Amino acid sequence: MPPMISVSALRKTYKSGLVALDGIDLEIEKQEIFALLGPNGAGKTSLISIICGTVGIGSGTVRVGGHDITQDYRAARAMIGLVPQEISLDIFATVWNTVAFSRGVFGRRPDPDYIERLLRDLSLWDKRDRRVIELSGGMKRRVMIAKALSHEPEILFLDEPTAGVDVSLRRDMWALVRSLRDKGVTIILTTHYIEEAEEMSDRVGVIANGRILLVEQTAALMRKFGRRKLTLALQHPLAYIPVDLSPWELELEQQGQVLAYAFDANAEDNGIPALLRRMAELGIDFRDLDTSRNSLEDIFVSLVEQTA
Amino acid sequence: MSAAKLNHHAIWTIYLAEMSRMRRTFWQSIATPVITTVLYFIVFGGAIGSRIQHVGGIGYGAFIVPGLIMLTLLTQSVSNASIGIYFPIFTKTIYEILAAPLSALEIVFAYVGAAATKSVVLALIILATATFFTPLHIQHVGWMIAFMLLTAVTFSLFGFIIGIWAQNFEQLAIIPSLVITPLTFLGGAFYSIDMLPQPWRTLNLLNPVVYLVSGFRWSFYGTGEVGVGLSLAFTGMFMAICLTLVWWIFKTGYRLKP
Ligand SMILES: Nc1ncnc2c1ncn2[C@@H]1O[C@H](COP(=O)(O)OP(=O)(O)O)[C@@H](O)[C@H]1O
Ligand SMILES: [Mg+2]
Repeated sequence: MPPMISVSALRKTYKSGLVALDGIDLEIEKQEIFALLGPNGAGKTSLISIICGTVGIGSGTVRVGGHDITQDYRAARAMIGLVPQEISLDIFATVWNTVAFSRGVFGRRPDPDYIERLLRDLSLWDKRDRRVIELSGGMKRRVMIAKALSHEPEILFLDEPTAGVDVSLRRDMWALVRSLRDKGVTIILTTHYIEEAEEMSDRVGVIANGRILLVEQTAALMRKFGRRKLTLALQHPLAYIPVDLSPWELELEQQGQVLAYAFDANAEDNGIPALLRRMAELGIDFRDLDTSRNSLEDIFVSLVEQTA
Repeated sequence: MSAAKLNHHAIWTIYLAEMSRMRRTFWQSIATPVITTVLYFIVFGGAIGSRIQHVGGIGYGAFIVPGLIMLTLLTQSVSNASIGIYFPIFTKTIYEILAAPLSALEIVFAYVGAAATKSVVLALIILATATFFTPLHIQHVGWMIAFMLLTAVTFSLFGFIIGIWAQNFEQLAIIPSLVITPLTFLGGAFYSIDMLPQPWRTLNLLNPVVYLVSGFRWSFYGTGEVGVGLSLAFTGMFMAICLTLVWWIFKTGYRLKP
Protein backbone atom coordinates (compact mmCIF):
# COMPACT_ATOMS: atom_id res chain seq x y z
CA MET A 1 0.00 0.00 0.00
CA PRO A 2 1.38 3.46 -0.88
CA PRO A 3 2.02 5.77 2.07
CA MET A 4 -0.85 7.99 3.20
CA ILE A 5 1.36 11.04 3.13
CA SER A 6 4.57 11.34 1.25
CA VAL A 7 6.76 14.41 1.33
CA SER A 8 9.90 14.63 -0.71
CA ALA A 9 12.63 17.25 -1.01
CA LEU A 10 10.34 19.87 0.51
CA ARG A 11 11.94 23.26 1.03
CA LYS A 12 10.14 26.35 2.23
CA THR A 13 11.56 29.84 2.35
CA TYR A 14 9.25 32.51 3.75
CA LYS A 15 9.07 35.94 2.14
CA SER A 16 11.26 37.22 4.97
CA GLY A 17 14.02 35.00 3.58
CA LEU A 18 13.84 32.57 6.49
CA VAL A 19 14.32 28.95 5.49
CA ALA A 20 11.69 27.14 7.57
CA LEU A 21 11.97 23.73 5.91
CA ASP A 22 15.27 22.59 4.53
CA GLY A 23 14.74 19.44 2.50
CA ILE A 24 12.11 17.33 4.20
CA ASP A 25 11.55 13.70 3.19
CA LEU A 26 8.87 11.89 5.12
CA GLU A 27 6.39 9.08 4.68
CA ILE A 28 3.45 8.42 6.93
CA GLU A 29 1.49 5.18 6.72
CA LYS A 30 -2.23 4.74 6.83
CA GLN A 31 -3.74 4.38 10.27
CA GLU A 32 -0.66 5.27 12.23
CA ILE A 33 -0.34 7.90 14.91
CA PHE A 34 2.68 9.92 13.96
CA ALA A 35 4.25 12.50 16.27
CA LEU A 36 6.34 15.31 14.88
CA LEU A 37 8.60 16.16 17.77
CA GLY A 38 10.73 19.27 17.85
CA PRO A 39 11.45 22.50 19.71
CA ASN A 40 9.70 25.78 19.00
CA GLY A 41 10.61 27.15 15.61
CA ALA A 42 11.66 23.74 14.26
CA GLY A 43 9.23 23.96 11.35
CA LYS A 44 6.45 21.67 12.59
CA THR A 45 3.62 24.11 11.90
CA SER A 46 5.13 25.09 8.56
CA LEU A 47 5.28 21.46 7.47
CA ILE A 48 1.74 20.53 8.36
CA SER A 49 0.38 23.85 7.05
CA ILE A 50 1.91 23.13 3.67
CA ILE A 51 0.43 19.62 3.60
CA CYS A 52 -2.98 21.04 4.53
CA GLY A 53 -2.82 23.86 1.98
CA THR A 54 -2.81 26.90 4.28
CA VAL A 55 0.79 27.80 3.52
CA GLY A 56 2.19 27.87 -0.01
CA ILE A 57 4.45 24.98 -0.99
CA GLY A 58 8.00 26.11 -1.66
CA SER A 59 9.74 23.47 -3.74
CA GLY A 60 9.46 19.68 -3.61
CA THR A 61 6.43 17.45 -3.77
CA VAL A 62 3.75 16.42 -1.32
CA ARG A 63 1.23 13.66 -1.91
CA VAL A 64 -1.77 12.90 0.22
CA GLY A 65 -3.44 9.56 -0.41
CA GLY A 66 -1.50 9.47 -3.67
CA HIS A 67 -2.84 12.88 -4.79
CA ASP A 68 -0.39 15.69 -5.50
CA ILE A 69 -1.39 18.63 -3.29
CA THR A 70 -0.88 21.18 -6.07
CA GLN A 71 -2.25 19.40 -9.13
CA ASP A 72 -4.94 17.39 -7.42
CA TYR A 73 -5.63 19.64 -4.46
CA ARG A 74 -9.32 18.87 -4.22
CA ALA A 75 -8.85 15.15 -3.70
CA ALA A 76 -5.91 15.72 -1.35
CA ARG A 77 -7.60 18.31 0.86
CA ALA A 78 -10.90 16.45 1.02
CA MET A 79 -9.09 13.74 3.00
CA ILE A 80 -7.69 16.09 5.63
CA GLY A 81 -9.00 17.59 8.85
CA LEU A 82 -6.82 20.23 10.52
CA VAL A 83 -6.78 21.51 14.10
CA PRO A 84 -4.39 24.48 14.04
CA GLN A 85 -2.16 25.47 16.91
CA GLU A 86 -4.15 28.60 17.70
CA ILE A 87 -7.86 28.77 18.36
CA SER A 88 -9.49 30.74 15.58
CA LEU A 89 -13.26 30.74 15.47
CA ASP A 90 -16.11 32.98 14.38
CA ILE A 91 -17.07 33.91 17.92
CA PHE A 92 -20.58 35.02 16.98
CA ALA A 93 -21.58 31.73 15.40
CA THR A 94 -23.22 28.96 17.43
CA VAL A 95 -21.36 25.71 18.03
CA TRP A 96 -23.72 23.75 15.82
CA ASN A 97 -23.58 26.28 12.99
CA THR A 98 -19.82 26.59 12.92
CA VAL A 99 -19.36 22.80 12.87
CA ALA A 100 -22.03 22.36 10.19
CA PHE A 101 -20.37 25.18 8.23
CA SER A 102 -17.05 23.31 8.21
CA ARG A 103 -18.73 20.21 6.82
CA GLY A 104 -20.41 22.23 4.10
CA VAL A 105 -17.21 24.02 3.11
CA PHE A 106 -15.67 20.62 2.46
CA GLY A 107 -18.54 19.94 0.11
CA ARG A 108 -20.22 17.26 2.22
CA ARG A 109 -24.00 16.93 2.47
CA PRO A 110 -25.46 17.90 5.84
CA ASP A 111 -25.62 14.95 8.24
CA PRO A 112 -27.24 16.04 11.52
CA ASP A 113 -26.87 12.55 13.02
CA TYR A 114 -23.15 12.54 12.44
CA ILE A 115 -22.72 16.07 13.83
CA GLU A 116 -24.77 15.10 16.87
CA ARG A 117 -22.54 12.07 17.55
CA LEU A 118 -19.47 14.21 17.09
CA LEU A 119 -20.68 16.88 19.50
CA ARG A 120 -21.65 14.23 22.05
CA ASP A 121 -18.24 12.56 21.78
CA LEU A 122 -16.60 15.91 22.46
CA SER A 123 -18.96 16.84 25.34
CA LEU A 124 -20.28 19.73 23.29
CA TRP A 125 -23.83 18.56 22.87
CA ASP A 126 -25.20 20.70 25.71
CA LYS A 127 -23.48 23.69 24.22
CA ARG A 128 -24.67 23.23 20.65
CA ASP A 129 -26.84 26.36 20.62
CA ARG A 130 -24.38 28.52 22.50
CA ARG A 131 -22.38 31.10 20.68
CA VAL A 132 -18.66 30.42 20.62
CA ILE A 133 -17.94 33.67 22.49
CA GLU A 134 -19.70 32.22 25.55
CA LEU A 135 -17.46 29.15 25.76
CA SER A 136 -14.36 28.58 27.89
CA GLY A 137 -10.96 28.10 26.27
CA GLY A 138 -11.12 24.32 26.63
CA MET A 139 -14.57 24.21 25.07
CA LYS A 140 -13.37 26.35 22.18
CA ARG A 141 -10.60 23.87 21.56
CA ARG A 142 -13.18 21.08 21.47
CA VAL A 143 -15.09 23.08 18.88
CA MET A 144 -11.91 23.33 16.79
CA ILE A 145 -11.60 19.53 16.92
CA ALA A 146 -15.26 19.07 16.03
CA LYS A 147 -14.82 21.35 13.02
CA ALA A 148 -11.79 19.39 11.85
CA LEU A 149 -13.72 16.11 12.10
CA SER A 150 -16.98 17.48 10.67
CA HIS A 151 -16.34 16.16 7.17
CA GLU A 152 -15.19 12.70 8.32
CA PRO A 153 -11.56 13.09 7.22
CA GLU A 154 -9.25 10.12 6.70
CA ILE A 155 -6.31 12.09 8.06
CA LEU A 156 -6.33 14.31 11.13
CA PHE A 157 -3.65 16.88 11.88
CA LEU A 158 -3.34 18.14 15.46
CA ASP A 159 -0.89 21.02 15.88
CA GLU A 160 0.32 21.15 19.51
CA PRO A 161 -2.98 19.67 20.69
CA THR A 162 -2.32 19.77 24.41
CA ALA A 163 -0.62 23.14 24.76
CA GLY A 164 -2.56 24.87 27.54
CA VAL A 165 -5.16 22.13 27.74
CA ASP A 166 -6.66 20.84 30.99
CA VAL A 167 -6.45 17.24 32.14
CA SER A 168 -9.97 16.24 31.19
CA LEU A 169 -9.69 17.54 27.67
CA ARG A 170 -6.32 15.89 27.30
CA ARG A 171 -7.78 12.57 28.39
CA ASP A 172 -10.80 12.93 26.10
CA MET A 173 -8.60 13.93 23.23
CA TRP A 174 -6.36 10.89 23.56
CA ALA A 175 -9.37 8.62 23.83
CA LEU A 176 -10.78 10.20 20.70
CA VAL A 177 -7.49 9.90 18.84
CA ARG A 178 -7.26 6.20 19.65
CA SER A 179 -10.86 5.53 18.64
CA LEU A 180 -10.32 7.42 15.38
CA ARG A 181 -7.26 5.37 14.68
CA ASP A 182 -9.26 2.21 15.29
CA LYS A 183 -11.69 3.42 12.63
CA GLY A 184 -8.81 3.74 10.16
CA VAL A 185 -7.94 7.42 10.52
CA THR A 186 -4.31 8.45 10.20
CA ILE A 187 -3.26 10.96 12.85
CA ILE A 188 -0.34 13.36 12.77
CA LEU A 189 0.33 15.46 15.84
CA THR A 190 3.07 17.94 16.63
CA THR A 191 4.52 18.44 20.05
CA HIS A 192 7.57 19.64 21.86
CA TYR A 193 6.91 17.32 24.81
CA ILE A 194 8.71 14.04 24.58
CA GLU A 195 6.24 12.50 27.05
CA GLU A 196 3.41 13.30 24.73
CA ALA A 197 5.11 11.70 21.76
CA GLU A 198 5.89 8.65 23.87
CA GLU A 199 2.39 8.35 25.31
CA MET A 200 0.49 8.73 22.07
CA SER A 201 2.37 7.88 18.96
CA ASP A 202 3.35 4.76 17.06
CA ARG A 203 6.21 6.53 15.35
CA VAL A 204 8.08 9.71 16.02
CA GLY A 205 9.83 12.07 13.60
CA VAL A 206 12.30 14.37 15.27
CA ILE A 207 12.58 17.75 13.56
CA ALA A 208 14.90 20.68 14.23
CA ASN A 209 15.91 23.68 12.11
CA GLY A 210 13.70 22.57 9.26
CA ARG A 211 15.24 19.12 8.98
CA ILE A 212 14.05 15.69 10.01
CA LEU A 213 16.81 14.27 12.22
CA LEU A 214 15.35 10.81 12.53
CA VAL A 215 12.18 8.80 12.23
CA GLU A 216 11.77 5.85 14.59
CA GLN A 217 9.21 3.56 16.13
CA THR A 218 8.36 5.23 19.42
CA ALA A 219 9.47 2.26 21.48
CA ALA A 220 12.82 2.10 19.70
CA LEU A 221 13.34 5.82 20.13
CA MET A 222 12.64 5.58 23.83
CA ARG A 223 15.08 2.69 24.16
CA LYS A 224 17.71 4.80 22.50
CA PHE A 225 17.07 8.11 24.12
CA GLY A 226 14.42 7.70 26.74
CA ARG A 227 16.89 7.24 29.56
CA ARG A 228 16.04 8.41 33.00
CA LYS A 229 18.24 9.58 35.76
CA LEU A 230 18.00 8.58 39.40
CA THR A 231 19.53 11.10 41.76
CA LEU A 232 20.24 10.22 45.37
CA ALA A 233 20.98 12.97 47.88
CA LEU A 234 23.39 11.42 50.34
CA GLN A 235 23.42 11.75 54.11
CA HIS A 236 27.21 12.01 54.11
CA PRO A 237 29.22 13.22 51.12
CA LEU A 238 31.43 10.69 49.36
CA ALA A 239 34.96 11.44 48.23
CA TYR A 240 34.84 8.83 45.48
CA ILE A 241 32.53 6.15 44.15
CA PRO A 242 33.19 2.82 45.88
CA VAL A 243 34.47 0.09 43.58
CA ASP A 244 31.54 -2.11 44.61
CA LEU A 245 29.21 0.30 42.83
CA SER A 246 31.16 0.42 39.58
CA PRO A 247 28.75 -1.86 37.58
CA TRP A 248 26.17 0.95 37.69
CA GLU A 249 28.47 3.56 36.15
CA LEU A 250 27.39 6.16 38.66
CA GLU A 251 28.41 9.76 38.74
CA LEU A 252 29.18 11.85 41.76
CA GLU A 253 27.78 15.37 41.68
CA GLN A 254 27.68 18.46 43.87
CA GLN A 255 30.93 17.89 45.75
CA GLY A 256 30.04 14.29 46.49
CA GLN A 257 26.64 15.02 47.97
CA VAL A 258 24.64 13.51 45.12
CA LEU A 259 24.91 10.17 43.36
CA ALA A 260 23.43 10.02 39.88
CA TYR A 261 22.46 6.85 38.01
CA ALA A 262 21.32 6.93 34.38
CA PHE A 263 19.10 3.97 33.54
CA ASP A 264 16.96 2.63 30.76
CA ALA A 265 13.34 3.11 31.78
CA ASN A 266 12.11 0.54 29.29
CA ALA A 267 14.50 -2.24 30.25
CA GLU A 268 13.26 -5.40 31.92
CA ASP A 269 15.64 -4.79 34.81
CA ASN A 270 16.57 -1.18 35.35
CA GLY A 271 19.13 -2.04 38.02
CA ILE A 272 17.68 0.19 40.71
CA PRO A 273 16.68 -2.46 43.32
CA ALA A 274 20.11 -4.06 43.17
CA LEU A 275 21.81 -0.68 43.44
CA LEU A 276 19.82 0.31 46.50
CA ARG A 277 20.49 -3.07 48.17
CA ARG A 278 24.20 -2.79 47.53
CA MET A 279 24.27 0.77 48.90
CA ALA A 280 22.52 -0.41 52.04
CA GLU A 281 25.11 -3.18 52.45
CA LEU A 282 27.86 -0.58 52.10
CA GLY A 283 26.17 1.66 54.64
CA ILE A 284 25.66 4.55 52.23
CA ASP A 285 22.48 6.28 53.37
CA PHE A 286 20.49 8.79 51.36
CA ARG A 287 17.95 11.28 52.57
CA ASP A 288 16.14 11.94 49.30
CA LEU A 289 15.73 10.47 45.81
CA ASP A 290 14.39 11.73 42.59
CA THR A 291 14.08 10.54 39.02
CA SER A 292 14.01 12.68 35.93
CA ARG A 293 13.76 12.03 32.26
CA ASN A 294 16.06 13.00 29.47
CA SER A 295 14.68 16.21 28.10
CA LEU A 296 14.11 16.90 24.46
CA GLU A 297 17.24 19.03 24.60
CA ASP A 298 19.29 16.05 25.81
CA ILE A 299 18.00 14.06 22.87
CA PHE A 300 18.93 16.78 20.41
CA VAL A 301 22.36 17.03 21.91
CA SER A 302 22.95 13.33 21.51
CA LEU A 303 21.44 13.30 18.02
CA VAL A 304 23.61 16.15 16.89
CA GLU A 305 26.63 14.40 18.38
CA GLN A 306 25.71 11.23 16.50
CA THR A 307 25.20 12.91 13.14
CA ALA A 308 28.27 15.12 13.49
CA MET B 1 -14.08 15.41 -8.69
CA SER B 2 -12.72 17.15 -11.75
CA ALA B 3 -11.39 20.68 -11.48
CA ALA B 4 -14.05 21.89 -13.93
CA LYS B 5 -16.92 20.79 -11.73
CA LEU B 6 -17.81 23.44 -9.18
CA ASN B 7 -18.21 22.53 -5.56
CA HIS B 8 -21.73 23.97 -5.44
CA HIS B 9 -22.41 22.76 -1.98
CA ALA B 10 -19.40 24.55 -0.54
CA ILE B 11 -20.17 27.78 -2.41
CA TRP B 12 -23.71 27.68 -1.11
CA THR B 13 -22.51 27.04 2.45
CA ILE B 14 -20.22 30.07 2.46
CA TYR B 15 -22.83 32.20 0.70
CA LEU B 16 -25.49 31.37 3.29
CA ALA B 17 -23.09 31.92 6.19
CA GLU B 18 -22.20 35.33 4.77
CA MET B 19 -25.85 36.21 4.31
CA SER B 20 -26.64 35.21 7.88
CA ARG B 21 -23.69 37.26 9.12
CA MET B 22 -25.18 40.20 7.27
CA ARG B 23 -28.63 39.48 8.70
CA ARG B 24 -27.20 39.90 12.19
CA THR B 25 -26.58 43.55 11.34
CA PHE B 26 -29.38 43.91 8.81
CA TRP B 27 -31.30 46.70 10.51
CA GLN B 28 -28.16 48.69 11.13
CA SER B 29 -27.07 48.29 7.56
CA ILE B 30 -30.38 49.34 6.02
CA ALA B 31 -30.95 52.17 8.50
CA THR B 32 -28.01 54.26 7.28
CA PRO B 33 -28.76 54.23 3.55
CA VAL B 34 -32.50 54.62 4.07
CA ILE B 35 -32.13 57.58 6.43
CA THR B 36 -29.52 59.13 4.13
CA THR B 37 -31.87 58.76 1.19
CA VAL B 38 -34.73 60.38 3.06
CA LEU B 39 -32.44 63.26 4.03
CA TYR B 40 -31.31 63.73 0.45
CA PHE B 41 -34.90 63.88 -0.70
CA ILE B 42 -35.80 66.42 1.94
CA VAL B 43 -32.76 68.59 1.30
CA PHE B 44 -32.14 68.22 -2.43
CA GLY B 45 -35.50 67.08 -3.68
CA GLY B 46 -37.61 69.32 -1.41
CA ALA B 47 -35.64 72.38 -0.30
CA ILE B 48 -33.19 72.91 -3.14
CA GLY B 49 -34.99 70.95 -5.83
CA SER B 50 -38.03 73.25 -5.62
CA ARG B 51 -35.79 76.03 -7.00
CA ILE B 52 -33.97 73.88 -9.55
CA GLN B 53 -37.12 72.63 -11.21
CA HIS B 54 -35.98 70.45 -14.09
CA VAL B 55 -32.78 68.85 -15.22
CA GLY B 56 -32.94 67.75 -18.83
CA GLY B 57 -36.72 67.63 -18.72
CA ILE B 58 -36.88 65.49 -15.56
CA GLY B 59 -38.11 66.71 -12.17
CA TYR B 60 -35.12 67.16 -9.85
CA GLY B 61 -36.44 64.72 -7.27
CA ALA B 62 -36.70 62.00 -9.91
CA PHE B 63 -33.38 63.01 -11.45
CA ILE B 64 -31.37 62.22 -8.32
CA VAL B 65 -32.91 58.76 -7.73
CA PRO B 66 -30.49 56.83 -10.00
CA GLY B 67 -27.54 58.73 -8.48
CA LEU B 68 -28.64 57.92 -4.94
CA ILE B 69 -29.08 54.26 -5.79
CA MET B 70 -25.68 54.21 -7.46
CA LEU B 71 -24.11 55.80 -4.39
CA THR B 72 -25.54 53.03 -2.21
CA LEU B 73 -24.60 50.29 -4.66
CA LEU B 74 -21.01 51.44 -4.93
CA THR B 75 -20.30 52.11 -1.26
CA GLN B 76 -22.21 49.08 0.00
CA SER B 77 -20.67 46.66 -2.50
CA VAL B 78 -17.17 47.77 -1.62
CA SER B 79 -17.70 47.78 2.13
CA ASN B 80 -19.70 44.52 2.32
CA ALA B 81 -17.25 42.59 0.22
CA SER B 82 -14.19 44.02 1.92
CA ILE B 83 -15.47 43.28 5.42
CA GLY B 84 -16.68 39.87 4.27
CA ILE B 85 -13.17 38.69 3.44
CA TYR B 86 -11.25 40.91 5.89
CA PHE B 87 -13.12 39.44 8.86
CA PRO B 88 -11.97 35.81 8.38
CA ILE B 89 -8.43 36.98 7.62
CA PHE B 90 -8.41 39.15 10.74
CA THR B 91 -9.77 36.37 12.98
CA LYS B 92 -7.61 33.77 11.17
CA THR B 93 -10.66 31.60 10.50
CA ILE B 94 -9.64 31.84 6.84
CA TYR B 95 -7.47 28.75 7.49
CA GLU B 96 -10.55 26.64 7.06
CA ILE B 97 -11.41 28.12 3.68
CA LEU B 98 -7.82 27.72 2.50
CA ALA B 99 -7.63 24.10 3.69
CA ALA B 100 -10.95 23.19 2.08
CA PRO B 101 -11.14 21.55 -1.35
CA LEU B 102 -12.15 24.85 -2.97
CA SER B 103 -10.86 26.62 -6.04
CA ALA B 104 -10.15 30.35 -6.01
CA LEU B 105 -13.12 30.84 -8.30
CA GLU B 106 -15.45 29.15 -5.83
CA ILE B 107 -14.21 31.26 -2.95
CA VAL B 108 -14.73 34.42 -5.02
CA PHE B 109 -18.21 33.32 -6.16
CA ALA B 110 -19.32 32.78 -2.58
CA TYR B 111 -17.97 35.96 -0.98
CA VAL B 112 -18.56 38.33 -3.90
CA GLY B 113 -21.98 36.82 -4.58
CA ALA B 114 -23.09 37.41 -0.99
CA ALA B 115 -21.80 40.98 -0.92
CA ALA B 116 -23.42 41.80 -4.26
CA THR B 117 -26.72 40.29 -3.15
CA LYS B 118 -26.81 42.47 -0.10
CA SER B 119 -26.07 45.69 -1.94
CA VAL B 120 -28.70 44.92 -4.57
CA VAL B 121 -31.25 44.31 -1.80
CA LEU B 122 -30.32 47.67 -0.29
CA ALA B 123 -30.54 49.38 -3.70
CA LEU B 124 -34.05 48.00 -4.15
CA ILE B 125 -35.00 49.27 -0.69
CA ILE B 126 -33.74 52.74 -1.65
CA LEU B 127 -35.72 52.54 -4.87
CA ALA B 128 -38.85 51.66 -2.91
CA THR B 129 -38.17 54.49 -0.43
CA ALA B 130 -37.77 56.94 -3.31
CA THR B 131 -41.25 56.17 -4.61
CA PHE B 132 -42.64 57.77 -1.45
CA PHE B 133 -41.08 61.09 -2.43
CA THR B 134 -41.28 61.28 -6.16
CA PRO B 135 -43.26 59.56 -8.91
CA LEU B 136 -40.99 57.14 -10.78
CA HIS B 137 -41.34 55.70 -14.20
CA ILE B 138 -38.61 53.34 -15.27
CA GLN B 139 -38.22 53.06 -19.03
CA HIS B 140 -35.88 50.09 -19.31
CA VAL B 141 -36.49 47.87 -16.29
CA GLY B 142 -34.41 45.04 -17.70
CA TRP B 143 -31.44 47.31 -18.28
CA MET B 144 -31.85 48.90 -14.87
CA ILE B 145 -31.61 45.47 -13.21
CA ALA B 146 -28.69 44.56 -15.45
CA PHE B 147 -26.83 47.74 -14.50
CA MET B 148 -27.51 47.13 -10.83
CA LEU B 149 -26.21 43.58 -10.94
CA LEU B 150 -23.19 44.44 -13.04
CA THR B 151 -22.24 47.35 -10.78
CA ALA B 152 -22.83 45.33 -7.61
CA VAL B 153 -20.72 42.41 -8.80
CA THR B 154 -17.92 44.58 -10.16
CA PHE B 155 -17.58 46.71 -7.06
CA SER B 156 -17.93 43.70 -4.78
CA LEU B 157 -14.96 42.23 -6.59
CA PHE B 158 -13.16 45.50 -6.01
CA GLY B 159 -14.14 45.35 -2.31
CA PHE B 160 -12.90 41.77 -2.10
CA ILE B 161 -9.49 42.97 -3.25
CA ILE B 162 -9.55 45.87 -0.76
CA GLY B 163 -10.44 43.42 2.05
CA ILE B 164 -7.41 41.25 1.28
CA TRP B 165 -5.14 44.27 0.83
CA ALA B 166 -6.21 46.09 4.02
CA GLN B 167 -4.13 45.48 7.11
CA ASN B 168 -6.35 47.32 9.56
CA PHE B 169 -9.82 48.76 9.92
CA GLU B 170 -8.72 52.24 8.84
CA GLN B 171 -7.45 50.98 5.53
CA LEU B 172 -10.69 49.07 5.15
CA ALA B 173 -12.77 52.22 5.52
CA ILE B 174 -10.53 54.52 3.52
CA ILE B 175 -11.51 53.46 -0.01
CA PRO B 176 -15.30 53.76 0.37
CA SER B 177 -15.12 57.06 2.23
CA LEU B 178 -12.18 58.72 0.51
CA VAL B 179 -12.55 57.43 -3.03
CA ILE B 180 -15.98 56.04 -3.82
CA THR B 181 -18.15 58.66 -2.12
CA PRO B 182 -16.32 61.74 -3.48
CA LEU B 183 -16.18 60.31 -7.00
CA THR B 184 -19.90 59.56 -6.85
CA PHE B 185 -20.71 63.10 -5.70
CA LEU B 186 -18.53 64.57 -8.43
CA GLY B 187 -19.73 62.02 -10.94
CA GLY B 188 -23.13 63.59 -11.46
CA ALA B 189 -25.18 61.74 -8.88
CA PHE B 190 -27.02 64.97 -7.98
CA TYR B 191 -26.61 67.06 -11.10
CA SER B 192 -26.01 66.66 -14.79
CA ILE B 193 -22.33 67.01 -15.56
CA ASP B 194 -23.45 69.20 -18.47
CA MET B 195 -24.25 71.77 -15.78
CA LEU B 196 -20.56 71.99 -14.77
CA PRO B 197 -18.39 74.84 -16.08
CA GLN B 198 -15.26 74.01 -18.03
CA PRO B 199 -12.64 72.67 -17.40
CA TRP B 200 -14.38 70.61 -14.68
CA ARG B 201 -16.76 69.12 -17.15
CA THR B 202 -14.02 67.64 -19.33
CA LEU B 203 -11.94 66.68 -16.33
CA ASN B 204 -14.87 64.78 -14.91
CA LEU B 205 -14.90 62.54 -17.96
CA LEU B 206 -11.92 60.86 -16.28
CA ASN B 207 -14.13 60.01 -13.33
CA PRO B 208 -15.27 56.42 -13.81
CA VAL B 209 -18.43 56.91 -11.77
CA VAL B 210 -19.76 59.36 -14.40
CA TYR B 211 -20.22 56.44 -16.77
CA LEU B 212 -21.95 54.29 -14.20
CA VAL B 213 -24.41 56.96 -13.10
CA SER B 214 -25.08 58.09 -16.63
CA GLY B 215 -25.82 54.62 -17.94
CA PHE B 216 -27.98 53.84 -14.94
CA ARG B 217 -29.92 57.10 -15.38
CA TRP B 218 -30.48 56.21 -19.02
CA SER B 219 -32.18 52.97 -17.95
CA PHE B 220 -34.63 55.09 -15.94
CA TYR B 221 -35.33 58.03 -18.24
CA GLY B 222 -33.83 57.21 -21.61
CA THR B 223 -31.39 60.12 -21.38
CA GLY B 224 -27.80 60.28 -20.26
CA GLU B 225 -24.73 62.43 -20.68
CA VAL B 226 -22.58 59.67 -22.14
CA GLY B 227 -23.64 56.75 -24.28
CA VAL B 228 -24.94 53.50 -22.76
CA GLY B 229 -22.40 51.55 -24.75
CA LEU B 230 -19.59 53.52 -23.18
CA SER B 231 -21.09 52.94 -19.73
CA LEU B 232 -21.17 49.21 -20.24
CA ALA B 233 -17.72 49.14 -21.77
CA PHE B 234 -16.30 51.00 -18.82
CA THR B 235 -17.92 48.73 -16.23
CA GLY B 236 -16.80 45.68 -18.15
CA MET B 237 -13.25 46.97 -18.28
CA PHE B 238 -13.16 47.68 -14.56
CA MET B 239 -14.50 44.19 -13.89
CA ALA B 240 -11.76 42.70 -16.07
CA ILE B 241 -9.12 44.61 -14.10
CA CYS B 242 -10.56 43.38 -10.80
CA LEU B 243 -10.72 39.79 -12.05
CA THR B 244 -7.09 39.98 -13.11
CA LEU B 245 -6.09 41.25 -9.69
CA VAL B 246 -8.07 38.50 -7.94
CA TRP B 247 -6.44 35.90 -10.18
CA TRP B 248 -3.03 37.32 -9.27
CA ILE B 249 -3.89 37.29 -5.53
CA PHE B 250 -4.72 33.59 -5.59
CA LYS B 251 -1.83 32.73 -7.86
CA THR B 252 0.77 34.34 -5.61
CA GLY B 253 -1.04 33.71 -2.34
CA TYR B 254 -0.69 37.44 -1.58
CA ARG B 255 -1.59 37.98 2.09
CA LEU B 256 -3.71 34.82 2.06
CA LYS B 257 -0.99 32.18 2.17
CA PRO B 258 2.47 32.91 3.55
N1 LIG C 1 4.49 33.40 8.04
C1 LIG C 1 5.79 33.35 8.38
N2 LIG C 1 6.67 34.25 7.88
C2 LIG C 1 7.97 34.20 8.20
N3 LIG C 1 8.51 33.32 9.03
C3 LIG C 1 7.69 32.39 9.58
C4 LIG C 1 6.30 32.36 9.29
N4 LIG C 1 5.74 31.34 9.97
C5 LIG C 1 6.75 30.77 10.67
N5 LIG C 1 7.92 31.39 10.44
C6 LIG C 1 9.24 31.02 10.98
O1 LIG C 1 9.55 29.73 10.50
C7 LIG C 1 10.20 28.97 11.51
C8 LIG C 1 9.41 27.71 11.77
O2 LIG C 1 8.20 28.06 12.38
P1 LIG C 1 7.08 27.01 12.71
O3 LIG C 1 6.84 26.17 11.52
O4 LIG C 1 5.93 27.74 13.27
O5 LIG C 1 7.79 26.15 13.84
P2 LIG C 1 7.16 25.23 15.00
O6 LIG C 1 5.74 24.98 14.68
O7 LIG C 1 7.99 23.99 14.98
O8 LIG C 1 7.33 25.98 16.27
C9 LIG C 1 10.30 29.87 12.72
O9 LIG C 1 11.59 30.46 12.72
C10 LIG C 1 9.25 30.91 12.48
O10 LIG C 1 9.59 32.13 13.09
MG1 LIG D 1 4.05 25.39 15.77
